[in-house]
Amino acid sequence: MARLASVPAAAPAVPLPVVTVAAGTSSHGAPRMEQGPEDVKRPDNAIVRIETRRLSALFGRKMAVKETSVFFPTNTVTAIIGPSGCGKSTFLRCLNRMHELSDSGWSTGSVLLDGTDIYGPGTDPVAIRRRIGMVFQRPTPFPTMSIYDNVASGLKVSDHAYKRKAIDEAVERALRQGALWDEVKDRLHTSAVALSGGQQQRLCIARAVAPLPEVLLLDEPTASLDPAGTQRIEELCHELKRQYTIVIVTHNMQQAARVSDYTAFFYMGELIEIDRTTQLFTKPAKEQTEAYLTGRFG
Amino acid sequence: MRSARAVRRRVKSATMTGMVAALAILAVLPLLFIFGDLVHKGASSIDWNFFVKGPAPAGEVGGGVANAIVGTLIIVALGCLVGMPIGVGTGLFLAEFGGGRLGWIVRFIADVLNGTPSIVVGIFAWTWLVRPMGHFSALAGGAALAILMIPMLARTTEEMVRLVPNSLREAALALGYPRWRTSLTIVARTAMGGIVTGALVAVARIAGETAPLLFTALGNLNFTTSIREPMQSLSLLIYTYATGPFEDWHRIAWAAALVLMALVLTLALAARWATRQRFGNKSAI
Repeated sequence: MARLASVPAAAPAVPLPVVTVAAGTSSHGAPRMEQGPEDVKRPDNAIVRIETRRLSALFGRKMAVKETSVFFPTNTVTAIIGPSGCGKSTFLRCLNRMHELSDSGWSTGSVLLDGTDIYGPGTDPVAIRRRIGMVFQRPTPFPTMSIYDNVASGLKVSDHAYKRKAIDEAVERALRQGALWDEVKDRLHTSAVALSGGQQQRLCIARAVAPLPEVLLLDEPTASLDPAGTQRIEELCHELKRQYTIVIVTHNMQQAARVSDYTAFFYMGELIEIDRTTQLFTKPAKEQTEAYLTGRFG
Repeated sequence: MRSARAVRRRVKSATMTGMVAALAILAVLPLLFIFGDLVHKGASSIDWNFFVKGPAPAGEVGGGVANAIVGTLIIVALGCLVGMPIGVGTGLFLAEFGGGRLGWIVRFIADVLNGTPSIVVGIFAWTWLVRPMGHFSALAGGAALAILMIPMLARTTEEMVRLVPNSLREAALALGYPRWRTSLTIVARTAMGGIVTGALVAVARIAGETAPLLFTALGNLNFTTSIREPMQSLSLLIYTYATGPFEDWHRIAWAAALVLMALVLTLALAARWATRQRFGNKSAI
């Protein structure tokens, strides 16, 4: 297993997310992994929140993510890093079935949420997306809605008919989790687009966590924010992982080092390496990872 | 040498600016002349009676155009009732789901319909509504206006909905909104300002239409609110009275034209106002 991910000397409290890249030729010399995903050493199902098996994502005939198998333990933050166009966002969008909404986007393989394939027959992608929250690169508050309605929108669209009081409570809880409550509690019914960019992004996080998803996907959430706004979001990651499993795509290596428990490095559509963040940044197992981390490419 | 070139450049710039300014003035001059002419010839005939009384018997002086004003409102309302939901719905379809072959066909038909002369639409409505029903009616007039309105509204709605950033759609979908709910509650609501503007422009356009009403609503010298009967409209009244033999009719036609013009201008201003709101609070697109 040492070839897959170098296991630290001291056994980790949370088992490592171990990874294989399916056997196959790789044009850029990534080491081949001969093991199939079935015999990869993995922890109990109970602590794996979401897992991919030989997941490939394609645009038409062009492959963006190649047969990736990886799992994300519950209540951890996993950062996905890699140069632009390496497929990290596409990979993320496969985890909540958003990729198939892109033009000619489709995928093969499976994604297991609590052990059940979200691409399985008869699975409703809309229901899946309610269990997996997502926050995008640019803040996307709904411009026609107030702050309150934005946060409540995920609840109101769900099949469950919430009582007014329950929605009130959920909105407050979500805004507190998004570290926005104190700033907006006196103007909940004013326009959401009047907020600053950083506040809008925290509003989007609050909106995503309001329906209590199991997983939170963050797609470069701080790309359009200033340093102060970025710091707030990073602090939030530490808070939110107590309740959710977080996967964050970032092009900022320092950010990955700051917020994540695990880091996955993608290059040209392939997962090169995933390991504990401290391990990956100090002693990467793969040469490509080291080359990227030291700024030799990407 | 250098200053000579600078002078030449400045002269050239001033000439070009002057030319485009003159052309711009030339473009708006007709509107000013028309409006001035209408006020000059029509305003003196407008009083309270003009709005509340029906037409006087032929040959007699006086009377009003209440029947035509009410008729215009009813026929336009009928047109909107049918045309707006279909037109806006079609536009929403084209923008949100119109990527395929069906979208291409619908868009093509809408463009052809947009270019169809309104009198052809009138004849169409006469063939399919007036003849089977056996009589002219406001209903047929409203239908003809609706047919004119649908392609206009479909295309402007499509343009407005397309302006809504895709990131907003994705945000809603990622939150667990079904596709149709995303389109209706997020995308359409965000584009609402633009859609309303398009709708008001379309209403202004059909309010002044005469040709499609000639074979459908026909016109009526008496006051009626029954949509199953022939009905007068301002445009039809102007057409009949302006070509009629009486001096008093000509006077009324001028005044009616002024009223119609004011109506259209008001709608255009309302459309402007709706646009201003849209950009004013930066809420949407």
